[in-house]
Amino acid sequence: MRTPPQRMAGTINGMISREEVEHVAALARLGLTGEEIDRMQTQLSRILEAIAQLRDVDTSQVGPTAQVIALENVMRDDVARPGLSRDAALANAPQREGSLLRVPTVLPEGR
Amino acid sequence: MSNLPLLDRTIAEVGDLLRRREVSSRELTEGCLERIGRDGERLNTFLALGPDAALAAADVADRALSESDDRPLLGIPYALKDIFVTRALDHEGRPNGGLPTTAGSRILEGYRSPYASSAEERLEAAGAVLLGKTNCDEFAMGASNENSAFGPVRNPWDEALVPGGSSGGSAAAVAAGQAFFALGTDTGGSVRQPAGLTGTVGMKPTYGRISRYGMVAFASSLDQCGPFARSARDCAQVLGALAGHDPRDSTSVDTPVPDYAAQLSGEVKGMRLGVPREYFVAGMEPEVEERVRAGIGVLEGLGAKIVEVSLPSTDSGLATYYIIAPAEASANLARYDGVKYGLSAGADDGLENYFRTRGDGFGAEVKRRIMLGTYALSAGYYDAYYLKAQQVRTLIKAEFDQVLADVDAILAPTSPTVAFPIGAKVDDPLAMYLNDACTLPVNIAGLPGISVPCGLAEGKPVGLQIIGRAFDEGTVLRVADAYERAAGFSELRPPTARA
Repeated sequence: MRTPPQRMAGTINGMISREEVEHVAALARLGLTGEEIDRMQTQLSRILEAIAQLRDVDTSQVGPTAQVIALENVMRDDVARPGLSRDAALANAPQREGSLLRVPTVLPEGR
Repeated sequence: MSNLPLLDRTIAEVGDLLRRREVSSRELTEGCLERIGRDGERLNTFLALGPDAALAAADVADRALSESDDRPLLGIPYALKDIFVTRALDHEGRPNGGLPTTAGSRILEGYRSPYASSAEERLEAAGAVLLGKTNCDEFAMGASNENSAFGPVRNPWDEALVPGGSSGGSAAAVAAGQAFFALGTDTGGSVRQPAGLTGTVGMKPTYGRISRYGMVAFASSLDQCGPFARSARDCAQVLGALAGHDPRDSTSVDTPVPDYAAQLSGEVKGMRLGVPREYFVAGMEPEVEERVRAGIGVLEGLGAKIVEVSLPSTDSGLATYYIIAPAEASANLARYDGVKYGLSAGADDGLENYFRTRGDGFGAEVKRRIMLGTYALSAGYYDAYYLKAQQVRTLIKAEFDQVLADVDAILAPTSPTVAFPIGAKVDDPLAMYLNDACTLPVNIAGLPGISVPCGLAEGKPVGLQIIGRAFDEGTVLRVADAYERAAGFSELRPPTARA
């Protein structure tokens, strides 16, 4: 089983390290082949280099925008409504046991 | 009346014929299915077809038409991008004959949704006839449709070329006479850009205008549903059927929906239309610029006042987008875990099952964006990337607001280039991302935009983009419609359609 590698000292400039790519892939729970990691290292470095131009934009007086419409805390009445049946909700499950989703072992014995 | 074959005409025209009972919805539906049968596999436009359900819906529409039901989309065959879920299970969880949903991804191959998207429901209520689900870039991430797990879509104008993306199947289906309209989704240009590259009309409404309920999520603060059709008037009718508040999408805005078709006066005299100088930049093909400038000239000739304007942060749009969109995507795509639905590697260990399911199920571009987004959100980088991008987003939006306080709408190219050969940019993500340089700032600001055909460059379609104020789709459509009527490109159709 995989464990996330130790965080490496990353750098915003230049090439990101192979360890950094492996660390991010581990955070994203994304299995990458050795070849994919190599390609990702090159491609992400180039994209991050292009993105780094934002550092030159003066945002010292600017707040962040998370979304653009003037809506906040949209509420609705807390009333029961018909929803999906259990069978419909579980119909796409890769593994099912009766009315439950079956999941792989999360905590192996002895840990 | 147009001399085009029936299947290549507008909704407005065939709608008149339907209401006069000169043609039936069944005939139109059979015609579309024949076109799909003839060209569909080659163009790779559809991922799923429902001919029996379509013909049944057409018969229901024909009965309503015979009782003088005059809803504008009644009996009109259409297609949905395979990013909208379509109900495919009954209450007991058994297949109900509905269409599967893949989002162009192997990770959802075989997925059958237990519920319908708002778009499917509203178009069903409008009496439109669903033909099938169209091919698209995986999870709507792409500008060429080459990122579909089910193969690229081909451009009906030249099958060696891409149709644009991510809604490439919807664009190509409408261009090739396989459907009278289609829905796409537009996160950074995924409706407008393929519309431009296929000579169709494609609109991205204001963020919040149409419910996103049942749209497979990519970047939730940018995603919006939009129509492809063959005229601005047709887009207005589809928008009218889809727009409006839906309590199931808390970001859908409860604001009145005007009668969009009624606003198409053909008049732009006295309107102020802004042309941002930053949108005509290096990397733009000269012939594309010529066509777009000529299009602007047409509107000037109609009496609009053309004003040069400046959107200085345009240059930062791409970088801002490629932080925000992947960040949101990395969070949204965490749900594909091999446990609840979709592909599962079947590993015994929980963590290993995540790694292998996601490693096997996602394609290269989706992995790239998950990595980029996870990186931008990870400890130590959040402020430098994600927060910074959100601050620049404020600047981009403020500049649009300032310009749109002075002009009624903005005119720009849809894309810097015409359609390019399949394979030309697949190994260069940054070159691919540049395709959306003219469209993605509009998503960052949440504004409505449309692409209308403004002629051909070396035989390939060019799109003119019209951008408007938030929730002012009416003005955008009015300018687009006036342009179409005057410019004479409204009957441009690819060779596959005319054959």
